Amino acid sequence: MKQTFAIATGKALLILLQRTGRGGTALPGLIAQRLDPHILTGLTARLPSGSAVVTGTNGKTTTTRLFSTILQQAGLKVVNNRSGSNLIRGLTSTLLDQATFSGKLVADVGLFEVDEAAFPQAIAEIGPRLILVNNLFRDQLDRYGEIDTIRKRWVASVQKLGVGTTLVLNADDPSVAYLARFAPTGVRTVFFGLDDPAQTLSELPHAVDATKCVVCGSPLRYSAVYISHMGHYQCTNCDFKRPEPDYLAQNILLQGTSTTQFTLTTPAEPLPLSLGVPGLYNVYNATGAAAAALTLGLAPENVRLGLAEFKAAFGRIERVALAEDKALLLALVKNPVGFNEVLRMLTTSAEPKLKLLIIINDLIADGRDVSWLWDVDFEVLAGKVEQVFTGGLRAADMAVRLKYAGVASSLIRVEEDIATVLKEATEHLLPGETLYVTPTYTAMLQTRQILQKMGMVLPFWEE
Amino acid sequence: MKIEIAFLYNDLMNIYGDRGNVITLTRRCEWRGIEAKVTPLTVGDKLDPDKYDLYFFGGGQDREQYTVADDLKGEKGRLLKQAATEGAVILGICGGYQLLGHYYRPFEGPDLPGIGALDIHTIAGHQRYIGNVVVETAFGTLVAFENHSGKTYLGSQAHPLGKSVIGGGNNGEDSTEGAIQQNVFGCYLHGSLLPKNPHFADHLLKLALQRRYGAVELSPLDNKLEEAAHHSAMQRARETR
Ligand SMILES: [Zn+2]
Repeated sequence: MKQTFAIATGKALLILLQRTGRGGTALPGLIAQRLDPHILTGLTARLPSGSAVVTGTNGKTTTTRLFSTILQQAGLKVVNNRSGSNLIRGLTSTLLDQATFSGKLVADVGLFEVDEAAFPQAIAEIGPRLILVNNLFRDQLDRYGEIDTIRKRWVASVQKLGVGTTLVLNADDPSVAYLARFAPTGVRTVFFGLDDPAQTLSELPHAVDATKCVVCGSPLRYSAVYISHMGHYQCTNCDFKRPEPDYLAQNILLQGTSTTQFTLTTPAEPLPLSLGVPGLYNVYNATGAAAAALTLGLAPENVRLGLAEFKAAFGRIERVALAEDKALLLALVKNPVGFNEVLRMLTTSAEPKLKLLIIINDLIADGRDVSWLWDVDFEVLAGKVEQVFTGGLRAADMAVRLKYAGVASSLIRVEEDIATVLKEATEHLLPGETLYVTPTYTAMLQTRQILQKMGMVLPFWEE
Repeated sequence: MKIEIAFLYNDLMNIYGDRGNVITLTRRCEWRGIEAKVTPLTVGDKLDPDKYDLYFFGGGQDREQYTVADDLKGEKGRLLKQAATEGAVILGICGGYQLLGHYYRPFEGPDLPGIGALDIHTIAGHQRYIGNVVVETAFGTLVAFENHSGKTYLGSQAHPLGKSVIGGGNNGEDSTEGAIQQNVFGCYLHGSLLPKNPHFADHLLKLALQRRYGAVELSPLDNKLEEAAHHSAMQRARETR
């Protein structure tokens, strides 16, 4: 009774706010939550096909969207959340939007993206059927606390999972695979990973978080490394090692900044897949999403079509066409691992000499500490750039990092003001050339605003 | 000329981009035609106090810090302290700084012993100091980023590295930042510290080279980009705190 009232009130408030042009606030969620503290649990329980949660440090937005596209291919109506602060309140508002006054939900299935810190509370309140854990990287330590603390809290919430829940885990990430040890009886664990000798790195990159065994603290030995600390590992002391994946991406064909092909080995038939977004990173994202979808019993054909049709419309990388066949390629950077991945993509692209604009802000949403730039392996750019512009509040820090990475000072141009540096950098392009732009979060928002003012049409973006 | 740099626990104590300090020391030698060799020394590796001119010891997470403290308990810690008393240059940041002192006292459990090369001790605190900082030192102004909750107190043998102008400093109480004892330097300054404080990087290099080669003059380098980074960090410290 209390719940029905809370839903109706929240819903009414939501409609009122939307009519007055103030939609998208968390206020209805807050009010409904005040009226009934268990409203989120009540609302998710009303979803006919239940809900799934995606978490991890890198790529959860892309993974959630890939998963969502697959579910839609299967004809399901999916309700998604926006990630951000006040997760529980935001989720409540999102679900109220999908509810009728009597509390029936219009959507079939909920697919929620949850950040590392909110994971324990979200799991407890949502009670998902399936949880997909992508990876655990040191992100912005001043925002989330240290990686060990997060891992401990994740373990505690995994130990409380209900019977019938499925955990889909990245076998290649030691911190994620480790969670399987704590799954109670009746919780199913499914692993995914990569297996492709052509994609391995020659050594562990510097931005590595977990080279020690999470069980006993001894060094891990890697026979293959794909991204950062993700790969094929085994403890040199105890029995901890990469579990054998149920879903395995093989024969990966990366094609610079365009699409990617790979074969997904499954417990049934192998599935040849084509992915609409570039980068090895997205192979992990797609493999996780495909493993989750197939585990839920969706048809392989839905997975194939979903991944093929997925476009990075809102994602990490987007292309903006300019006159004279010039183009901008925007790629968000937010931590060393992501940045390394972008650099890897750029240095394997077709361009012999890159023109680059790196925009670094240090506001709260970017991470206030720019030390992380020293964990990125910019050394790969030495000899590969024709010109680098640096912009944003910490343009000078970025320039110093490049200089010490071996990029000649004469090729580096520093201009804090984003509008000015964007203008200069684009004017510098010759017909047919592409400017690669890598902004941090708030710098991306500013960049997009400036480009829009310059009359460029950009797809809707959110992160 | 040649300089031998030991990168202590580079695999464990490397958070917050502290390796930028080692990159800076190395590059600034190379640009002057001085050969710089960096040797990573981690758990189980032997330390030869006669070999190295300069030691770098960065910050790590709690768990790693215990592993490192354990590795320094015996012979290795004694040799590192010996190197310090023999005038080797050591730079410790954050966790590395704490382990160069006598001990770190957590909220619960036993003290984490350090090597005692700096007459300092650190106590776990409830407040976390996070943000851009400015420190006035005898070697010029330093700009950096702090992120620590440990509170460090200096004994009579150690002198403050500088006066904390913006930031929490050693303990949030006495406006000091860091510590110096002989050629051992410790502080809470991430950022990375040395790239945007090239004068301090050169001071450390000079001290280290002088010990081996006598009076040394370092040839001047073009510091335009470094100075620009120094100034923008200073401005951000003023704007953000
Ligand atoms: Zn182990």
